[in-house]
Amino acid sequence: MDPNFKLFDTCDLDTQGLIAALNATTDAFYVSGAGLGLRIETAGCGGLTRKEPPERETTAGKRKASDEEEEEEEERLNKKMFRNQYDTDVTTWSPTGRLFQVEYAMEAVKQGSAAIGLRSRSHVVLACVNKAQSELSSHQKKIFKVDDHIGVAIAGLTADGRVLSRYMRSEAINHSFTYESPLPVGRLVVHLADKAQVCTQRSWKRPYGVGLLVGGLDESGAHLYYNCPSGNYFEYQAFAIGSRSQAAKTYLERRFESFADSSREDLIKDAILAVRETLQGETLKSSLCTVSVLGVGEPFHFLDQETIQNVIDTFEKVADEEEGEGEAEPAAPAEEGGDGTGDQDVAPMET
Amino acid sequence: MTFTIPIDNGDALKNAEADSQRTLYPYVTGTSIVAIKYKDGVLMASDMGGSYGSTLRYKNIERVKAIGKHSLLGASGEISDFQEILRYLDELVLNDNMWDDGNSLGPKEVHNYLTRVMYNRRNKFNPLWNTLVLGGVKNGESYLGMVSMIGVSFEDNHVATGFGNHLARPILRDEWRADLSFEDGVKLLEKCMRVLLYRDRSAINKLQIAKITEEGVTVSQPYSLKTFWEFQAFHNPTAGAQGSW
Repeated sequence: MDPNFKLFDTCDLDTQGLIAALNATTDAFYVSGAGLGLRIETAGCGGLTRKEPPERETTAGKRKASDEEEEEEEERLNKKMFRNQYDTDVTTWSPTGRLFQVEYAMEAVKQGSAAIGLRSRSHVVLACVNKAQSELSSHQKKIFKVDDHIGVAIAGLTADGRVLSRYMRSEAINHSFTYESPLPVGRLVVHLADKAQVCTQRSWKRPYGVGLLVGGLDESGAHLYYNCPSGNYFEYQAFAIGSRSQAAKTYLERRFESFADSSREDLIKDAILAVRETLQGETLKSSLCTVSVLGVGEPFHFLDQETIQNVIDTFEKVADEEEGEGEAEPAAPAEEGGDGTGDQDVAPMET
Repeated sequence: MTFTIPIDNGDALKNAEADSQRTLYPYVTGTSIVAIKYKDGVLMASDMGGSYGSTLRYKNIERVKAIGKHSLLGASGEISDFQEILRYLDELVLNDNMWDDGNSLGPKEVHNYLTRVMYNRRNKFNPLWNTLVLGGVKNGESYLGMVSMIGVSFEDNHVATGFGNHLARPILRDEWRADLSFEDGVKLLEKCMRVLLYRDRSAINKLQIAKITEEGVTVSQPYSLKTFWEFQAFHNPTAGAQGSW
């Protein structure tokens, strides 16, 4: 890896430092400045480009906290997604067989705040991080009830997510009306995926910029699917999407084998722990996350703040005490093994 | 033989030419269907006649058919409309199978689909002139329901159509039990069919009984019921009819 890029690993840089570091390299990439309303024009392969900062999930286009922005710069740089001559139209293939607009749409999903889903044989839990644009505003709604037996969590362009949720509700209710029976979730995701595919093959449309975690029941039990702007869908035991979802995915990867037989309570606890992973050091409070559950004999519903806080308390008790007293005791939440007993504390990151 | 291409003249109610396109009365009709839930599933009986008005014209019409894996459909009324319904259901079952995803249409779903179809046709003043009986078993649960040509739909433990409503259901109300064995169920249905044979002018003495259980559908071969015509009243039928009354 280019030594110049090491600077971005810590997410500690302020804007000036970032720009200075960039000027030091000659590779072509684009960057949007934080806080100063700066747009940087760079030259490189693919020609001179000028890029607006990409639309965030909080649609007013305001800037997010600087460390989150830096993290996505880091991701973008690491991936080296350069502007090129094949990415103007969704109906233009690149010589290497890629549709860049579709891939850019998938990038939009990564801009949104994290959404997590996990399932057992009989239950599905969807959880997400509530990020509000500012202290004055309320947080965006990211989890929607589609029917008593289907729920969806979104990440990306909320407006697209809202429209697709409405479509899903419409499909579910039409099926219910005609057949007096719940729409199998596996069939709903195929309809959704086909709808997304259409937008990748029409020159007058653009792909939906939202990833959907669809959880639901059908005859064969509980299912969790991820629907992608590309029109692909995959079934998962557990998955996370949105910004800093990699941390949640790592957590889930370690534990997913036990999920199929998990109890409902354990599944909820795992979901909240996965949410905590994406917060990366911020104290987990019930106001920061939304959790929903559905299962056999249990229609889709949201958990109230009190219930979530009770679950958080079962594993954050030790950490909370430590924060309050400022002692250097080990945090050791019950689930995390292997960290050793005396050498880690849960102090927030230094930014 | 010339075939006319179907012409869509628009609204079946307001357009004068369209009047010829909607169903006004039935032509070839089937008579009653009688069906009951029993211990292992559902039993359905019907005769094999198709009447052309008052003529008992067709004597080999199967009025009970299997739908998918889990359902049986019986119909009385216009036979051609029944065949049309079978085509709709065929398409429905085909699409369901094409999903190939472990989900399948059960009798409740088929019954509701048919209710929607029948009611929508009635709203366009172009009904499918049938009374349908839908029975089936899925996941151990038996289901038996009925839909009429105007979209009236309900479920019950025993149903009958046409004359069966008047002649068979009273018998069933008295003698039906939830734990009927297969033999007892057949005997009960035969009792109802015998009454219908004696008293329904459009009934013929050639019937089929179909059974549906968790394992699947079986339709019996056609057979006849024994009848007795040596009642005293039949010897001199007009004995009591003196005078012009």
